[in-house]
Amino acid sequence: MSAIDGLPGDWQMVVGLEVHVELATATKLFSASANRFGDEPNTHIDPVTLGLPGALPVLNRQAVELAMRIGLALDCTIQPCTFHRKNYFYPDMPKAYQISQYDQPLNVDGHLDLPDGTRIGIERAHLEEDTGKSTHLGGAGGRIHGSEASLIDFNRAGVPLVEIVSRPDIRSAEQARQYVTELRAILVAVGASDAKMEEGSMRCDANVSVHRPGTPFGTRCEIKNVNSVRSLGRAIEYEARRQIDLIEAGERVVQQTRHWDEGDGRTHTLRSKEDADDYRYFLEPDLVPLAPSAEWIQAVGDALPMLPGARRARLAGATGVAADSEAAMVVVERGQDDYVLAVGAAGGDVARALVHVKEAYADQGATPTVPAADLAALTVLETGGQLTATQAKAVLADLVANGGGDAAAIARARGFEAMDTGALEAMVDRVIAEQADAWAKFCAGEGKAMGALVGAVMKASHGKADGKAVTALLQARRG
Amino acid sequence: MSERISEADVAKVARLARLHLTGEEVQRMTAQLGGMLEHFADVDALDLAEVEPMTQPYPLVNVLRDDVVAPSLDRAEVLAAAPSAEDGRFRVPPIIGLEG
Repeated sequence: MSAIDGLPGDWQMVVGLEVHVELATATKLFSASANRFGDEPNTHIDPVTLGLPGALPVLNRQAVELAMRIGLALDCTIQPCTFHRKNYFYPDMPKAYQISQYDQPLNVDGHLDLPDGTRIGIERAHLEEDTGKSTHLGGAGGRIHGSEASLIDFNRAGVPLVEIVSRPDIRSAEQARQYVTELRAILVAVGASDAKMEEGSMRCDANVSVHRPGTPFGTRCEIKNVNSVRSLGRAIEYEARRQIDLIEAGERVVQQTRHWDEGDGRTHTLRSKEDADDYRYFLEPDLVPLAPSAEWIQAVGDALPMLPGARRARLAGATGVAADSEAAMVVVERGQDDYVLAVGAAGGDVARALVHVKEAYADQGATPTVPAADLAALTVLETGGQLTATQAKAVLADLVANGGGDAAAIARARGFEAMDTGALEAMVDRVIAEQADAWAKFCAGEGKAMGALVGAVMKASHGKADGKAVTALLQARRG
Repeated sequence: MSERISEADVAKVARLARLHLTGEEVQRMTAQLGGMLEHFADVDALDLAEVEPMTQPYPLVNVLRDDVVAPSLDRAEVLAAAPSAEDGRFRVPPIIGLEG
């Protein structure tokens, strides 16, 4: 694993991730103001959001349902739970506490499987409210330090969040990236959130420590302000190296919260980690416990769509590619796997359809404009040897540009006819004679020479020759 | 001087709440808060062996509301009640850390 991360010696990183995701509800967690991003500041506020005296929170049923979807999608146990006040002083939280879940969260003990099958434990996924948004005036670059005042917008305050806490099972920056990517796909699939890191509806903090295998985990630091999957990888990598450098220089890692700076590619001290006690958690007296019934849990589970991992496995089974192959990953991410399977159902070749869809449907959504039957007809022409791969690509481009069509008619209009085997053999022999140099190198085993020979045949045939057939003929001639 | 809460406890909680208390105020608050906590001693005196631990006095769970939007408060009216506002937002003094 060290080799993958590029960590020196036998050092290994140990990473746990805390992902906050904003739920796609119409209203806030405890009040009826709209949950909407990007509107004029302070236009979705109410007495509960502002913490006005006497205001009482009432839990949003849909937020609970979306949180349960997340829990079930991560194979968590849903349990009776309570809400706590997490007390701290900050103007983006006008009540001076955040309502969160503490020792009795809604979802516990789940897991998420990475595309390659690595299982990452999920400790908990609990409900809590988001904070308002501060803009710091005066300080350099909008930072807190040196600012002369802050402006607060409470539109986001009280927006429902689920915080998903992984176990420290992640061992590389790449695994962290895969975890967040897969988690995001699951959240979108179950309709819990749009999970956009760039808009802040999905935010990620990383707990990073280092150790040598066989020794206890080291002291961890929490990295905040990671705004993309790419920065997450960079921040984790940087932090692990920083800790290793400290330890190797005979110093020790201090437990603290650190801030990732995308600009200089470093983490900086934010604050020493406050003890859990300092938040003075206590049960929220204004809310009663939440205890979803078995029937409710069952109904939410029954309504869950097929998850990305299962969809990749299904597509892999149908096409023969690996479930974590790029084609399966990309096509399922675009939601086009049902379409590929429909091409198969329409009598087409699913493996070819998968490649075509991956290559040519990047701009199409989950419901491509080309009818599945039209793509099926194209793959049939290919498997029948009536079209070469190059010709099929051209026909496919026409199909995509026109939103469908008769593949055979397009092929005829383009003048594509299957080359006679005899004619192709003659052409190959002529190229061998003309390109004696390349032929000699090819016979000597130089891989590059093959490309030159195939290219010459393709040119001579005006692109009509089937590259695979040409390669096969060349190899046969070489003997 | 109460045994239930120390001056150090009061000073710590004040710091967390960004309240600047003088030594004399810490003493006074400690005595007053201690007095309040004394009332809980009445509960401690009861025999509660037969009572299930509870998080709420109400025998209720799942008090939920439908996810339906209600109008926001009027921004101008709300900001007019704030000590300071700017740009449609609440303006607050610089935010300092615990270290400050």
